[in-house]
Amino acid sequence: MAKLKHSNLSTIQVSEKENKDIGLLVKQKILPHLLLIIVGSIFLFPFLWLLSSSLKSPEEIFKLPPDIFPKDMQFINYENAISAIPFFRYILNTLFLCAVNILGQVISAPLIAYSLAKIPWKGRNIIFAIVVATMILPPQVTMIPIYIIFAKLGWVNTYLPLTIGAFFGAPFFIFLIRQFIMGIPDDLLDAARIDGASEFRIYWQIVLPLLKPVLATVVLFTFMWTWTDFLGPLIYLNDTDKWTITVGLQGFLQDHGAQWELLMAAAAIFTIPMIIIYFFGQKYFMKAGSTMSGFK
Amino acid sequence: MGKVALGVNNRKYRMTNKRWTLIGLAFASPWIIGFLCFTAYPFIVSFYYSLTSYDLINSPKWVGFENYAEVMKDTNFYKAIKNTFFMAIIAVPINLFSSLMIALILNLKVKGIAIYRTIYYLPSVIPAVAGAMLWSWLLNPEYGIIDIVLRALGLPDPAWLSDPSFTKPALILMGLWGSGAGAIIYLAALQGIPQHYYEAASLDGANVWQKFRYITLPALSPVTLFQLIMGLIGAFQIFTESFILMGGAEGGPDMLFYAVYLYQQAFVFLKMGYASALAWVLFVIVILITIGVFKSSIRWVYYGGE
Repeated sequence: MAKLKHSNLSTIQVSEKENKDIGLLVKQKILPHLLLIIVGSIFLFPFLWLLSSSLKSPEEIFKLPPDIFPKDMQFINYENAISAIPFFRYILNTLFLCAVNILGQVISAPLIAYSLAKIPWKGRNIIFAIVVATMILPPQVTMIPIYIIFAKLGWVNTYLPLTIGAFFGAPFFIFLIRQFIMGIPDDLLDAARIDGASEFRIYWQIVLPLLKPVLATVVLFTFMWTWTDFLGPLIYLNDTDKWTITVGLQGFLQDHGAQWELLMAAAAIFTIPMIIIYFFGQKYFMKAGSTMSGFK
Repeated sequence: MGKVALGVNNRKYRMTNKRWTLIGLAFASPWIIGFLCFTAYPFIVSFYYSLTSYDLINSPKWVGFENYAEVMKDTNFYKAIKNTFFMAIIAVPINLFSSLMIALILNLKVKGIAIYRTIYYLPSVIPAVAGAMLWSWLLNPEYGIIDIVLRALGLPDPAWLSDPSFTKPALILMGLWGSGAGAIIYLAALQGIPQHYYEAASLDGANVWQKFRYITLPALSPVTLFQLIMGLIGAFQIFTESFILMGGAEGGPDMLFYAVYLYQQAFVFLKMGYASALAWVLFVIVILITIGVFKSSIRWVYYGGE
């Protein structure tokens, strides 16, 4: 430990010789890992507890002190959770909404972003400013009139209110894609323009194929937002057979309030698709994070 | 870059500004239509509704500023404001701080850092409904693991979700679990700080704290501003967690947040006019906070380079 204190005085640059110093090894390799592992276990623990609880029997879940690992894994909890509510129905409904919303965002958001990034027209800066401003407008301000519009159209208790918005492009995606398109060199587009290509052809044949990485981010985020949306389905869907998984789970929670093992199994089934998507598309999440960091 | 395109436009390929504007508008038209129908129009008409009494069945009845006068006398409104401000003033900075700390440790140069990054971000992808269910189990006063551990350590074991003085700390705890999302944004910014700033500071004999205080913090300040504003706006939208933890719209007064109260008035009691007035009060508060934070940011945000 004395050596450790001593090594505190040394600067970032470390010579080969010093690196052999055991104190430095501790400071530069072991301590960071130790810190990362301790904090990491705090982050990870609730997941493990979720899984462990979801596999316990109704008696074991209330055992004190609790078992860390279930003695006898009760996979039946998952079956019971699924059969207690029309789980597959809710999942199909939600997946349908996800697919339509993804389609809408992918059609509209890049088109709008292209106009704001590469078409030289007056007013695009004003439009962009409004796009950014709407990102900070609390949705509660427009929620009630929008509900009234949909009620007057007779769209309440249909999927239209939960999908139509996607076809007008979400401000966050327009922003994200615009930043991406800005990085495409103008020469590429101008060359095509000189050759007489129409703007839509340039967009369709040159720009859109280059957008694959950012569109992947759009697909993932749209899936995630739709899958987890609670307020929208809560307000607009009355019939239980139209419910999405979030409102279905909330109903399940109210009916089975004390059956924690079932609740945890249900929560796990609901969460697993998110985790799979996250592992599968991790770099796109990180990419969106880094774009937001440049958003001053 | 607009210039280049216009340059082309002058020489070879003649396209008038008017034509460009038409094309630009055509491409942007989905957003423009959506904005007019689902943002601009509702925004304006919600002010009109706020001046009426409207229950969706009978047509709106003009009442002038009566709803606003009622809001000012409404004790539940003040409860909702108090709870929401508590989250904005206490929870948001705690969350920012925790995001920054996590970003700093994720910026350590060690092997396998990508694995840690994955783990730290993971809670942020958990749907709010599932997260709230999980935490109501973790925080269960009798059988919840957190209170079991606290009891074992001889510490107080609060009834997190039923004791009014612990419900908000419970929400803060849940929020901290998700602070990996903010950390990723900080991390990207951290990695964008030129390394030679630190090298120069080392040559001048700066210690770790001084480097953090005079290089890292100022360099991150634009991101802090962004996250602060998004966090404050987010605090006014706390809904799902409180709705789930309280088992529906009619929770205790300690969990009555602004968005929950607005939802109740609009969709439980069908007081659309009154709820619209609440929405406009919310809008004014959010605008004032945003302006206030931006004004104060002149003193603490540093834009390097440009």
